[in-house]
Amino acid sequence: MAPLDKNDASGSSADKGAADASSPDPLEIPRLSCGAMADLHSFEAAPEHNELLGFPGELLPNWKEVAIAKMGELAEKNRAFRVYLDTCVKCGACTDKCHYFLGTGDPKNMPVARQDLLRSVYRRYFTFAGKYFPKLVGARDLTREVLDEWYTYYHQCSQCRRCAVSCPYGIDTAEISMAAREILDSVGVGQKYCNEIIGKVKKTGNNLGLNPKALRATLDDLEEDLLDDTGVEVKIPLDQKGAEILLITPSADFFAEPHIDGLLGYAKVFHSAGVSWTLSSYASEAANFGMFIGSYENMREVAWRIRQAAKDLGVRRIIFGECGHAWRVAYSFLNTLAGPFDFLDQNYPIPQHILEFTLDEIESGRLKIDKSKNDDYVMTFHDSCNVARGAAMGREEGGQFEVPRKVLRAVCNHYHDMDPDTIRENTFCCGGGGGLLTDDLMDLRIKGAKPRMNALRKATEEHGVTHMAAICAICKTQFSKVMPKYGYGMDRIMSVHQLVANAVILEKRETDAAEKPVAEEST
Amino acid sequence: MLSTLYAVLFYVATILLVVGVTRKVIIYARTPAPLKIPVSPAPRTRAGVVMRMLREVLLFQSLFRSNKWIWAFGFLFHWSMLLVLLRHLRYFTEPVWWWVSLIQPFGIYAGFTMLAGLLGLLARRIVQERIRYISGPSDYLMLALLILIVLSGLAMRFVAPTDIVAVKAYMLGLLRFRILELPAAAPLLVHLASVAVLMIVFPISKLMHAPGLFFAPSRTQVDNAREFRHKTAWADQLPPLPDDIPARGES
Repeated sequence: MAPLDKNDASGSSADKGAADASSPDPLEIPRLSCGAMADLHSFEAAPEHNELLGFPGELLPNWKEVAIAKMGELAEKNRAFRVYLDTCVKCGACTDKCHYFLGTGDPKNMPVARQDLLRSVYRRYFTFAGKYFPKLVGARDLTREVLDEWYTYYHQCSQCRRCAVSCPYGIDTAEISMAAREILDSVGVGQKYCNEIIGKVKKTGNNLGLNPKALRATLDDLEEDLLDDTGVEVKIPLDQKGAEILLITPSADFFAEPHIDGLLGYAKVFHSAGVSWTLSSYASEAANFGMFIGSYENMREVAWRIRQAAKDLGVRRIIFGECGHAWRVAYSFLNTLAGPFDFLDQNYPIPQHILEFTLDEIESGRLKIDKSKNDDYVMTFHDSCNVARGAAMGREEGGQFEVPRKVLRAVCNHYHDMDPDTIRENTFCCGGGGGLLTDDLMDLRIKGAKPRMNALRKATEEHGVTHMAAICAICKTQFSKVMPKYGYGMDRIMSVHQLVANAVILEKRETDAAEKPVAEEST
Repeated sequence: MLSTLYAVLFYVATILLVVGVTRKVIIYARTPAPLKIPVSPAPRTRAGVVMRMLREVLLFQSLFRSNKWIWAFGFLFHWSMLLVLLRHLRYFTEPVWWWVSLIQPFGIYAGFTMLAGLLGLLARRIVQERIRYISGPSDYLMLALLILIVLSGLAMRFVAPTDIVAVKAYMLGLLRFRILELPAAAPLLVHLASVAVLMIVFPISKLMHAPGLFFAPSRTQVDNAREFRHKTAWADQLPPLPDDIPARGES
């Protein structure tokens, strides 16, 4: 079996494995280890957190009927769910594609096996074969054990879509995983991490629960830092009515490292471009965990705040900061959820990614760059899963891969890609996406990061890569936590706009008066 | 008696296949896709999506990229089966279309390559630990059924030659709702019965992957969410949310 396995993984990996025995193989396939992750059960949400999202607080007495009815409803409302449950032929092409399987060896973390946890129940209640020949087609009754198993393993999926790329029928486990979480929520079994955070957004506008005063104070500190660093008065405006651009960025950009350095980068780019821009305290969050729990209604409610903020502030453009799943929701869903955006300037993409904006500034020559400022770093780039496989940038197919690389190459002298089977559409999830970035899943997060970390190790050995840049708040937090477990310092993960910030040459402008905050006291 | 039995079997199987698949396809087509979920990088135009689907359907592009072994066996099996199926048109047409005659010799040998593909897929299912784990009885049975069809078909030609002229007359009769004499040869009866079973289970089994492929939003959607607002009837019915900000900044 071993030689078959070796050739199994896509294309070029076989020769590469032979080329350098010392280098860890990021695509190395483990032997099956049944039940390896069966006991890792993410914390469940408290009743008040479920209720705030419109779900029952606790497990309903008639949960079984409700769950089956919900499953039927999803099959009516979502073509992907219905078709994906019908069309899998169990070919096995996806079995070695999930980073959580590669990291844990638990067969239920193989995408097809993860889907089958739900498909087996769907078959039992909704298909002819499953109703009359359950044993033959692997159909099973919905029991409490099955429900628990769903909770366990659908919270070991980061919805990264790497398996969907490999599937001959385009079956996307992320869709099944979102549906499973939606069913679990509908019977009163929510996940603490996701549901608590969505509740915070509904109350305060961001995942952290930062109120406008605290947010302004944080931004004031950052403005001071910028002034100290550069000698230039670079502003980070909040709730400034009439600004041209509304920046929607993950709230982690306000407090976490290396996220903050990215935020400083956006501020410098906007300053240098001479455009007026603002953050919103009402929509102070790009993240939208409604997607992770598969709740259209919650996702729409969170996304809608961006529309409200844009209208209220009277902006003409919306730009998103560095955040992976947020960009998927923004690029692919925002128009549907909160559109039409006929009140914005139609000459710009709605919404636009900060990297699209920055690349325009660089290519037009308006942004002055000193690449040598980043000479201490030998960079590589981690494609974030939701950007790579769930969204795009620019006008060309695959722009989501080229735009960040063009920006990185424009601001750094030393850049190398990682193993081609681990980047672009084949990129590995960081291990913390899809609502799994919580300490109670740390074991999974560390193991799930293994393929990416091995690819990075290989790039370090082959090209001397020292740092990795990312454009996702979750990736950045996850890597700063798990990189030390793989022998890298936590500062080895950087924001792309952190590198932009390092390299950009700011010019003092005389007319800073126009940018004086005017609407700050509106709260 | 046997002739009538098989005639009924084929009429029933045909009806179940056509009605069953049509029904499923209509359900697929009517079920809305509420969000834009193409797996990117995805084409930005409808024409691009057509090209993407052609590459998937004709070349199995994604499978090629993800697993060379499964691709090789699957590709061999499916393309051989297509040749074999087309070759079989000669039993339902009189006179035989010129291009069916043209592929006749290739169609014969495609039976062997089809078998090779099926055996390869079966071997992987048994030998490869991960695929063995996800395989259920129906997965093995489906392969067994297909192998039975191929073996009985090959036997009719290479082991115990069947009176193919009589078979053709019988088939042409069925098309005109006339039941003629069906030769009572074992390989033929096994062949026809197993084909009928395949037709019957098609709409209620994973064989629906064939039409289902064309309804996977991850592959069939155009990547143009920013340019065109994607809408769904049920989502439009959701209660409207306020356009202005209610009580600002309260927490």
